Amino acid sequence: MTVLKENTEPQTAPAVPATTEPRRRKPVGTRAYKVFRVAALVAVVLFLVAPLFWMLLASFKTNVDIYDTGKSFFFTPTGENYANVLQRNNYFVFIFNSFWVAFVSTALSLVLGVPAAYAMSRFTMHRSALVVLMARVIPGVSLLVPWYYVFSNLKMVGGFEVLILSHMFVSLPLIVYIMMSYFDSLPLELEESAQVDGLTPIGAFRRITLPLSVSGIATAGILSFIFSWNNFMFALVLSGSKTKTLPVAIFDFVSYASIDWGGLMAAATVVTIPIMIIALFTQKYIVSGLTAGATKG
Amino acid sequence: MSVLTPPRSAPSRKAARTPSARENFSGWANRHRKWLFAAPAMIFVGVLIVFPLAWTLYLSLTDSQGSVRAASEFVGLQNYLTVLSDVERFWPAVGRTLSFTGVALVCEVVLGMCIALLLWRPFRGEKWVRVAILLPLVATPVAVGMMWRLIFDPNIGFVNQLLGMVGIPAQPWLSGQDTALGTTIFMDVWQWTPMVVLILLAGLTSLSEEPDEAARMDGANAFQRFFFITLPLMMPTVIVAILLRGIDALKTFDILYATKGKGGGSFHEVETLNVYAYGLSFDYNQYGLSSAVLILFFMIIIGSMWLLTMRKKAVSK
Repeated sequence: MTVLKENTEPQTAPAVPATTEPRRRKPVGTRAYKVFRVAALVAVVLFLVAPLFWMLLASFKTNVDIYDTGKSFFFTPTGENYANVLQRNNYFVFIFNSFWVAFVSTALSLVLGVPAAYAMSRFTMHRSALVVLMARVIPGVSLLVPWYYVFSNLKMVGGFEVLILSHMFVSLPLIVYIMMSYFDSLPLELEESAQVDGLTPIGAFRRITLPLSVSGIATAGILSFIFSWNNFMFALVLSGSKTKTLPVAIFDFVSYASIDWGGLMAAATVVTIPIMIIALFTQKYIVSGLTAGATKG
Repeated sequence: MSVLTPPRSAPSRKAARTPSARENFSGWANRHRKWLFAAPAMIFVGVLIVFPLAWTLYLSLTDSQGSVRAASEFVGLQNYLTVLSDVERFWPAVGRTLSFTGVALVCEVVLGMCIALLLWRPFRGEKWVRVAILLPLVATPVAVGMMWRLIFDPNIGFVNQLLGMVGIPAQPWLSGQDTALGTTIFMDVWQWTPMVVLILLAGLTSLSEEPDEAARMDGANAFQRFFFITLPLMMPTVIVAILLRGIDALKTFDILYATKGKGGGSFHEVETLNVYAYGLSFDYNQYGLSSAVLILFFMIIIGSMWLLTMRKKAVSK
């Protein structure tokens, strides 16, 4: 870095006649590169979106049409699969289960995680942070055997409490991780001056820091909700027939004998659509949450 | 803030008639806010981790099977010896875990870097590309697995249809013994390359433009500038991406279970350590053995993370 800085002086000098504003972008754009870039970007978007589009198409086909390769794109759409999923398979119950587990575990994790992240950031408790972040590293299976044993003794397996607890285990480290990097970037001066004006340290946290952290909390909350909604392994072991979440319920459409492809694709669509809609509206938060802490040393 | 201190709030309310006691409490809370804030989360995670982990360690030294409640005997390191000499299931699973992670990571980082570079400078329609990048990332892995099952189906799948159009014979994909693991790697790359793109893009936008600009002044072409300027500056971010993605890739479970079912398929063709340990625990109830596998698996994860962190420290200097 230091070696290169010496060379940068010529660049700052011509920047003074600021009238030629577009010249910074100019070198990127040879015509061949521009064409290549557009083509490459289209290819990337197709690669990412086409499979999802295919799933959506298949969910509107009858099983006969799915087996007919001549009807890949042109067919008479049917709502039968969705009727099957939502009515006969009671998916509204599973949608509610998924939502409830994700919502409560996120809310509780925020209550526990935000103050913890604050303390860990302000007092640089790196070793304590490591304990919490350890939860992200540990393979879930190694926790499930003991959990299953304990919770089945407590007659809790199949209830919402145990699912929520296990999902909090995923949410809490995520929230602590995101909020720590958020608090790290929040200037100390505001809290200090609030304390000079007579607030206690906890008061300063509640009245100054928390209100300033709304966007960080939203980021952490949204991501935690998505991860909980998508979680499969914990629900596979710990949920009962009444508390089944959507990712587990999908398997109802797969049996050894045959697969109801239309129903399966409709179910997969029902699982993914809500989360994608949330993602569309909260894009900025998701990106900042996923990249939190990635760019600092 | 008394909400945060449930055990203390009851006595303090009783004492609140004398204002000094309340002040005492508030003073105490403020003085100890460090642990007051951090302790609940740490206790929660600690209880849910330390206790199960200790138990797993204990189980791995016993011959526990059938039911955890059933009487079991202490067998020392017997389970570890059994597992480590198991060339039928354990070592192939280690190999699959490492090759799944390694190949997926290489593809994701290379592809991710290319896409991040494409997106680096602003362009029209950027918004839509960013939406497209986000979609695989938030999609439920199990649902994604089901989706690929249809697309890669040997008879009715769209991929074989496409291949047929250009005259390539149909491939077995997920149902082939040799092709299944590669196909699941492809799915992982599809779903998680966007994550790498986002991280690398955040890194790229935080780079200062000066070194790049300076090299351009000196007449370096785009490739030289990337390999000698941008890439070295990006190394710490690349390693963070590998670290974050690597932990999850080693533990991949959902798409493998969704596409191949229990035991990683009838020939265990996609059975990674996580799938193997899950099967031992919940299909065969071999708790002693599965605990030994899990402890070894955990050591592999920690070991690879440690190596990467060391590497990151070296490049950050």
